Amino acid sequence: MARAVTNRRKTIATAAAWTIGFLIFFPILWTVLTSFKSEADAIASPPKFLFFDWTLENYATVQERSNYFRHFWNSVVISVGSTLIGLAIAIPAAWAMAFVPGKRTKDVLMWMLSTKMLPPVGVLVPIYLIFRDTGLLDTRTGLVIVLTLINLPIIVWMLYTYFKEIPADILEAARMDGASLRSEILYVLTPMAVPGIASTLLLNIILAWNEAFWTLNLTAAKAAPLTAFIASYSSPEGLFYAKLSAASTMAIAPILIMGWFSQKQLVRGLTFGAVK
Amino acid sequence: MGRITLDKVAKRFGDVEVIPPLDLTIEDGEFVVFVGPSGCGKSTLLRLIAGLEDVSGGQIRIDGKDATAVQPAKRGLAMVFQSYALYPHMTVRKNIAFPLRMAGLSQQEQDKKVEGAAAVLNLTNYLDRRPGQLSGGQRQRVAIGRAIVREPSAFLFDEPLSNLDAALRVGMRLEISELHNRLATTMVYVTHDQVEAMTMADKIVVLNAGRIEQVGSPLELYHRPRNTFVAGFIGSPKMNLIEGAEAAKHGVATIGIRPEHIAVSPESGTWKGKVGVSEHLGSDTFFHVLDTGLADAITVRAGGEVDLHHGDTVYLSPDAAKMHRFDTEGLRIE
Amino acid sequence: MATKASRSAARLMISPAVILLLAWMIVPLSLTLYFSTLRYNLLMPGMEEWAGFSNYYYFLTDPAFFDALRNTLVLVGGVLAITIVGGVLLAILLDQPMWGQGVVRVLVIAPFFVMPTVSALVWKNMFMNPVSGLFASLFKTLGLQPFDFLAHAPMFSIILIVSWQWLPFATLILLTAMQSLDSEQLEAAEMDGAPPLKRFWFITLPHLARAITVVILIQTIFLLSVFAEILVTTNGGPGTATTNLTYLVYAQSLLQFDVGGGSAGGVVAIVLANIVAIFLMRMIGKNLDA
Repeated sequence: MARAVTNRRKTIATAAAWTIGFLIFFPILWTVLTSFKSEADAIASPPKFLFFDWTLENYATVQERSNYFRHFWNSVVISVGSTLIGLAIAIPAAWAMAFVPGKRTKDVLMWMLSTKMLPPVGVLVPIYLIFRDTGLLDTRTGLVIVLTLINLPIIVWMLYTYFKEIPADILEAARMDGASLRSEILYVLTPMAVPGIASTLLLNIILAWNEAFWTLNLTAAKAAPLTAFIASYSSPEGLFYAKLSAASTMAIAPILIMGWFSQKQLVRGLTFGAVK
Repeated sequence: MGRITLDKVAKRFGDVEVIPPLDLTIEDGEFVVFVGPSGCGKSTLLRLIAGLEDVSGGQIRIDGKDATAVQPAKRGLAMVFQSYALYPHMTVRKNIAFPLRMAGLSQQEQDKKVEGAAAVLNLTNYLDRRPGQLSGGQRQRVAIGRAIVREPSAFLFDEPLSNLDAALRVGMRLEISELHNRLATTMVYVTHDQVEAMTMADKIVVLNAGRIEQVGSPLELYHRPRNTFVAGFIGSPKMNLIEGAEAAKHGVATIGIRPEHIAVSPESGTWKGKVGVSEHLGSDTFFHVLDTGLADAITVRAGGEVDLHHGDTVYLSPDAAKMHRFDTEGLRIE
Repeated sequence: MATKASRSAARLMISPAVILLLAWMIVPLSLTLYFSTLRYNLLMPGMEEWAGFSNYYYFLTDPAFFDALRNTLVLVGGVLAITIVGGVLLAILLDQPMWGQGVVRVLVIAPFFVMPTVSALVWKNMFMNPVSGLFASLFKTLGLQPFDFLAHAPMFSIILIVSWQWLPFATLILLTAMQSLDSEQLEAAEMDGAPPLKRFWFITLPHLARAITVVILIQTIFLLSVFAEILVTTNGGPGTATTNLTYLVYAQSLLQFDVGGGSAGGVVAIVLANIVAIFLMRMIGKNLDA
């Protein structure tokens, strides 16, 4: 049972945790702050923390010069698209594994996991050549295909662990009540698994949004999502700190917010249920 | 109509034979209880009838028609699960209407039937709640409501009362019996509780290790158990089964005598022993009598006001006319 | 539960996922294996010819390979050491009763959600830049010479950046594991006279062992493939100082267009990753039965 904690101890823990939390978060905070500075203030020495002329011009410039929203839209299409397709493929598969387990179910699950262990660089060359020959290079379709496939094992696994928690009785009741397989999955399983499906969706969008191997290697300009767009700042243009910060802030903000909502499910998803 | 016939029905899981081939007929309108210790195959048997499991051999006929390969939904049966298996994301109304919706009934017909069922089950005020907001007994009624709107040819109950507390269980027991009287539909009811079996059944099927030990009315099983297993399983407290020298006196391997058929006296009787634990129920007192040299303990039922204490010497006299006798195989000898 | 009908339905439902993943695994893998035995350069199309194992020979005897292997190990080992030790300490701290625990959690987890290219660029320019980075300002304030991190300690800098990204992951998982520790166990140990340090050593740490193993294995899988951080900060340099296996294969195939050599490198990377993967699969497989 919990017991009374001395206020002194609690104060020390609070101070230490907040300090360390602040330090870890600081690079992000600094990026956000810098995005509101003028370029001169951004490289001022000594650095200016809060007292500078706040401006939004960097955001405007980024959009104007690099068509930020096109890359943003690419990121949205690629991450949401690959996640939705992944879910559509994974929900039936996870249903089968959770509710009609057979002798080989475990082997299939482990094998799916093993495909995730394949280092991307091991298959970079053939994928690149296949994409080049089929015209998928630098297209959103191509990236959606790759990201769907690399994240499919995670989606199946997460859904599987959530579905396992739904009593099989209820699905059997639906079957007795005359539901077809389609109705059973559509009207009974899916609504009951909404929280699990939602967190799978969220985590997978995050992973796809931040994926930076395939997106960098398979795109040039047209289909480049934000990962690749930001990478283009590694050229001397990156020295414009305020603009780099504005672009970075816009690239990470949506995901950061989603991530904060899904942090609890993250553990389960990324450890394949090994830690709950 | 709801006549269910099992013809050499068997079930194996891999190499394990859970139910050896068995025959059973459930007549239309009958209230049949499958009873037995846990793991005896009674739930599996029910699921075979429901179609939630495939039979490994034999045939299931419903109203004379072969239903062995028919999908669960098409068998015309309704099932009430131990966990109630309510759909947590639907209101009570939607839960009850679900089978009707699946059958493609119009909204109007659905409403009418749901209202009707709700009235019968006292659920009218709860129709717009979700299962999570209901008590155990109410959930149980919703599960029953979902079953009755389908107007099935038979109801299947899988230990429906085991998640309720003792007081509610007695109430629901009466309600289900009442429902059976009113609907006069076949009901197949699985339980491990012999009290439920005795109080509700027209016909009890005692199962043990997948085999049918005996089929009969509650009183038949009570008065004439076919073997020592049924003798020990039906009746509360359990029948005293005595082997050895005392049984040999009667020329059999085992004799059985129910606690209520033994007279207690502090002065004289057939058997002598010492009072161990006594359980006072008010109306009755159960004595566990030790050191009789017959069995570890002999259970005896006496009236509510018998003045005997731990360690007292008592004499027991079994009613010879009510004694059961069994041979070396454990089978009843008339 | 299971009838023949539901079993055949299950097979049908699972097959799209299985077929797609099977294709995703077999097609590129066999192509990689095939290319790795060819002399095949994209700049000389039509000149492909059988090369036997010479690609492997050149790749494995290239001094850059040994540098890359060493760099990969240093990078993985360094990040693991920092994130595990830091993660355990942070998890213990966050598990203490405090005010605003939820907010601190949110602050600590944040870096994990930052895309690799952003974190690499932010660290490279705004913190590690020897002229206008924050560290340079800090050093100057302290009266020290500004230090050019990425030129003089490139591997250390990359380890620092990657650790910043992965520390939240380790912390979050270890914290989750720690919160599942039954506090009565600790109280029993306290009653038995164990001081705090001993309680940590004999109760908490063994309880975390499994979570720590999981963190090590999963991070290793991801850390073997660190790419974007290197691409945007050092391009593998100076020299080969920060070239890991992934970057080496990338450079060989897509910068030097040597498909054969790159494929051979890819096969080597797969073999190495599989060694780790086998351990990870065993761990998770055990958990499936539980």
